[in-house]
Amino acid sequence: MKPVLAVEDLTVTIGTRRGPAHAVAGVDWAVQPGETLALVGESGSGKSMSVLAATGLAPRTARVTGRVHLLGTELTGLGQDRRRRLRGRHIGFVFQDPMTSLNPVLTVGRQVTEAAEEHLGLTRRAARSRAVELLEMVGIPSAGQRVDAYPHQFSGGMRQRVVIAMALACEPDLLIADEPTTALDVTTQAQIVELVADLQRRLGTAVVWITHDLGVVAGIADTVAVMYAGRILEQGPVDAVFGTPSHPYTEALLAARPDPAAGGAELVTIAGAPPSPLDLPAGCAFWPRCPVRGDARCEHELPPLVPVSAGHQVRTFYPQPTDGERR
Amino acid sequence: MSERQRADRQLGAVVPADGTAHAAVPKQREPGEVVAELDDLAVWFPTPAGVVRAVDGVSLRVRRGETLGLVGESGSGKSTTGLALLRLVDPTSGTVRVGGEDVTRWSRRRLRALRRRVAMVFQDPQASLDPRLTIGASIAEPLIVHRLTDGGAARRRRVGELLDMVGLRGELADRHPHELSGGQRQRVGIARALAGEPDLIVLDEPIASLDLSVQAQIMNLLRRLQRDLGLTYLFIAHDLAAVEHMSDRMAVMYLGRIVESGTPAQIWRDPAHPYTAALLSAVPVADPQVERERRRIILSGDIPSPVDPPGGCRFRTRCPQARPECAETDPVLAEVDPDHRAACLFAKEAVRAMRSA
Repeated sequence: MKPVLAVEDLTVTIGTRRGPAHAVAGVDWAVQPGETLALVGESGSGKSMSVLAATGLAPRTARVTGRVHLLGTELTGLGQDRRRRLRGRHIGFVFQDPMTSLNPVLTVGRQVTEAAEEHLGLTRRAARSRAVELLEMVGIPSAGQRVDAYPHQFSGGMRQRVVIAMALACEPDLLIADEPTTALDVTTQAQIVELVADLQRRLGTAVVWITHDLGVVAGIADTVAVMYAGRILEQGPVDAVFGTPSHPYTEALLAARPDPAAGGAELVTIAGAPPSPLDLPAGCAFWPRCPVRGDARCEHELPPLVPVSAGHQVRTFYPQPTDGERR
Repeated sequence: MSERQRADRQLGAVVPADGTAHAAVPKQREPGEVVAELDDLAVWFPTPAGVVRAVDGVSLRVRRGETLGLVGESGSGKSTTGLALLRLVDPTSGTVRVGGEDVTRWSRRRLRALRRRVAMVFQDPQASLDPRLTIGASIAEPLIVHRLTDGGAARRRRVGELLDMVGLRGELADRHPHELSGGQRQRVGIARALAGEPDLIVLDEPIASLDLSVQAQIMNLLRRLQRDLGLTYLFIAHDLAAVEHMSDRMAVMYLGRIVESGTPAQIWRDPAHPYTAALLSAVPVADPQVERERRRIILSGDIPSPVDPPGGCRFRTRCPQARPECAETDPVLAEVDPDHRAACLFAKEAVRAMRSA
């Protein structure tokens, strides 16, 4: 099966006054039709930047290298216009703050189908009934009336539903969701997660979901990539990565959350902070904080991504034992 | 993780890793003196859209040496409740007592003394530190305001001590906030709160804007400081797992009211209010197998406007188990088990019905 979106050896370097910042330092991933790929990491890990760069939305000051294929078409060599058309036709976006995607002075109905009018050539009248249909699909009550309302008349959760309707207007092959529930309350988050899963089942859309929340990942992902300092440290099927985390960073992240089943024991922490993207270490970027702490090789040599089981890869010289359940 | 533990976790039960009874966990202490107390507190804000009833009848007590957790979603009134303890908002009715004294109507002058006894740590350490002051000057500020040290040398020594207590190196005193990481800045916020040796520290979402690994560091630090210095905390957060982890007792808020209170174990294992049960079932667990098998209770709609809260039970408009009686009676917080209270006419019964639905 041909992946919907695939990136190979992607790097993003951003020029700053203090020198080049290596936001993404060589990343490979692919999302298959109908599948959900979760990119997980802490702030500054490069998870959002890798997706923005792959879809041609990186800031102008960024230098992007590597190859990106959208439905088999190589995007990197294409001109701005052609790339924009492909992106608009095949990819929908949902960002953390719905108000960054919504225009406060246009009705939600106009906005939901704006892209569809351009990319599918719908007439105004057809667009309006399509807007009502889409708002109904994402669970907006009395969509027939609400189609003429403005964004400020909606709650945060309802606004995010509108943005999802907007993203799905062109029946995209891929939905990119960048921390779509981070600004929402947990009961609203549950509604949105359920909605996206349901729409995905019905429409067969592939999803790239960017998040820092491992709980959300466990609920939505088929495959997961854990990012740190611009690189993927571990990736594979969600059950393999959560069941037998093989990189010390993944393991520490999973242990850092308070677990009610642990009865209030001291939390596992990771000492120190991630390296600056202005000054990435030559070897393993996690080495200075690593509890396993390997040897001089870790300090000087970049560990390759090595397979530990089917589809499960880890970037370390010392994969953690993967036999049996340890958590 | 064993099958049994998975199943229990799915139900929100608390089972220690070694499978022993939960009673062994050293969370129970002898009840200490009451440090701060709210009695039927209401805080209403007039707005062009009407009167917002941010807090509408909240009573709670914080005892010396304990952590009381306050959990709720946005608009629940949890932060306003915390601000009322420092008199940073003016109560519309009800009383605020700190150290046995009624401070509800204290003048601005007297409040200065109150703010030494009750300190606060805010969510965003970036916003709560003056960007032009050095870290040392920020921490010294409460020492000067409350006249706690004599002379520059003693002050510098005390600042060094406070930095050490929160795990920061002394030389950071000369740096500015922008030179620090988010976690370091939050440590400075905690050092500032400790400066006046307060009776109570109100922690308002102290970990919400931090990365996961840093959240764990800050929670461990807060617990260590409490153990070493005998501190008393009101820990306010939307993160249920964090509140469960940090608290000796906890209260769940919804639309300006406390709807359930008890020990974290009681609330996690045996929630009595339908809202608490829905909240628990919405918290994602970092285990794909648990996530696939669990049955979520998805609430419909959004939290109603605090300008016009529903009559009767405030949760009834979203409650999957609402019955006609719920529109007529405003349920009081009543005991369902020893030290475990819920404000629901059908406490426990409604939760059982929801879970088997």
